[in-house]
Amino acid sequence: MAALIQVDGLAKDYQMGSTLVQALRGVTLEIAAGEFVAVMGPSGSGKSTFMNLLGCLDQPSRGRYRLGEQEVSQLSSDELAQVRNRQIGFVFQHFNLLARTSTLDNVTLPLLYSRAPLAERDARAKKRLTQVGLATRMDHHPAQLSGGQQQRVAIARALVCDPQLVLADEPTGALDSHTSLEIMALLQQLNHEGVTIVLVTHEHDIALFASRIISFRDGVVVEDKPNTPTDAAALLNIQR
Amino acid sequence: MNFSATLRIALLALRINKMRSALTMLGIIIGVAAVIVMIAVGNGAQARVEAQIKSLGSNIIMVLSGSMMSGGARGGSGSQPTIFEEDATAMMREVDEIQAAAPTLRGAGQAIAGNANWSTIFYGITPEYLEVREWPIIEGRGFEPAEINGSGKVVLIGQTVAENLFGTASPLDQVIRVRKVPLTVIGVLEPKGQSMTGQDQDDVLLMPLSTARTRVLGVTQSKARSVSSIMVKVKEGADMATGEARMRELLRQRHRLQPGQDDDFYVRNLSEILQAQEASSKIMALLLAAVASVSLLVGGIGIMNIMLVSVTERTREIGLRMAVGARGRDILTQFLVEAVTLSLIGGLIGIVLGVSTAMLIAKLAGWPTALSAAAIILAAGFAAIIGVFFGYYPARKASRLLPIDALRYE
Repeated sequence: MAALIQVDGLAKDYQMGSTLVQALRGVTLEIAAGEFVAVMGPSGSGKSTFMNLLGCLDQPSRGRYRLGEQEVSQLSSDELAQVRNRQIGFVFQHFNLLARTSTLDNVTLPLLYSRAPLAERDARAKKRLTQVGLATRMDHHPAQLSGGQQQRVAIARALVCDPQLVLADEPTGALDSHTSLEIMALLQQLNHEGVTIVLVTHEHDIALFASRIISFRDGVVVEDKPNTPTDAAALLNIQR
Repeated sequence: MNFSATLRIALLALRINKMRSALTMLGIIIGVAAVIVMIAVGNGAQARVEAQIKSLGSNIIMVLSGSMMSGGARGGSGSQPTIFEEDATAMMREVDEIQAAAPTLRGAGQAIAGNANWSTIFYGITPEYLEVREWPIIEGRGFEPAEINGSGKVVLIGQTVAENLFGTASPLDQVIRVRKVPLTVIGVLEPKGQSMTGQDQDDVLLMPLSTARTRVLGVTQSKARSVSSIMVKVKEGADMATGEARMRELLRQRHRLQPGQDDDFYVRNLSEILQAQEASSKIMALLLAAVASVSLLVGGIGIMNIMLVSVTERTREIGLRMAVGARGRDILTQFLVEAVTLSLIGGLIGIVLGVSTAMLIAKLAGWPTALSAAAIILAAGFAAIIGVFFGYYPARKASRLLPIDALRYE
């Protein structure tokens, strides 16, 4: 399968006062389209930094990053915004939904920045909300939803622009184990539908739902192995 | 992204944060309204004084009969008639600064019309009087030269006299008897209201000088040409002091006064008194404007604070918007539109509130208020600039952050 992500010697330094912190010390790897990758490691291992660079939220200090056909490390900030809008969907640990804003408006947000016509915006947002099982909650505000429901809204928002890549940064970090399982089942289902997913987590049992596990330590990849994913939907059925 | 989408985003954000939007607008509303009201009150007071000056006529000097030394005893003011009709004509002829000099003869008496009567004062005048006092006739006509010269039995009446003698009926061509002399009403004077000292300036009859002298007052032959006062109007733009000095010199010459001898007339410059009052009302207006600008400044600081805080606390929201594809300029446009919308709506409400408060003050407290377009524009403009700048500046800072830094902002 063609590589969706190619990184070569990707590095990131931070200046913390007078000391230079090397958060990422040269990472080289490829992720193919359709993979479900878990990025693991203790805090400070560089996994979040790697994730932010993949998501074009941050700029690398050195190295190259190719997303699809584009050399992303060469792009201007406006072009990066377009890449984030069209090709990447984000799911955050703390959901990052707009408060006091309806579920539907939250999901529509990325489409507002991609010049989608009004009618199409609503249709696409509704389709994605139905897909994550929230068709009846479109007028609710985030405060009226449970944590799991809020994360579903965030997933719908990540999907609404039909991205090739979904980046999930500790998506289950703020959820209980049952709800975590539901979210993982949803991500696995999306992966089966062809979306490439990169998941950052420090929990080993969450990483086991992925088909490949990359472990980070001190800014470098220490382990990169395929995994036979646990089926989250099957686990859910057993629990019921 | 096109503008209508940005507008939609900004309006949505404003609607969602109703409380924050209302608080921001409150600063603008109060600042703008306070300035409008205070400037209106200050200007109103000033306008009232200016109206009083105008009701008297501008650039006016009064010449009154003075005291006369008679055998070592000095008489009081007006004890002797010392100024004459000819003094007035001489002033107009010889003093360049003088536009017109109006000799008047004052008297008081009961005015009787039909079965109504009214105690009033009357002046014998020449046509210059109406020119000096800038006093138009609103109904009927003025005096004909023949009536001036030939002691015509005609009279012009003030508004108060007209109401007391004739009620709502037209006074024109009615006959008023003053000291048993029947005079036909040929005109009604424009209302002038109260003078500075509270006198009703409309409680007056005006008749030709010759009529007052020969028919009504019956002045003795020896002082046949004397008058009680001369009202002098100095030309627009001419120096009042020079005009007054030259007029005084002329009168001393005409009255054959030796150097060192007291003037036998009094000169009162009424405009000076009014100008002093005008100056003090100007100071009041200035004071109010100063207070208003302080409140505008305080309002501005309020706007600034809430804008800074609300934009800063939304840094994470900005980060999220960038993560889902907003470019720096999309963020900027959104916050600019938000700030402009708030300033515009707040400014408009402030203008409406300020104008209606000023009108209410005028109506309830009876203070004169004068709305000033300049103050309205200044206040609303200032509030808008503050609002837009402090809404824009932190947003610009946030939009230049890397998305990850904005997302992680605490």
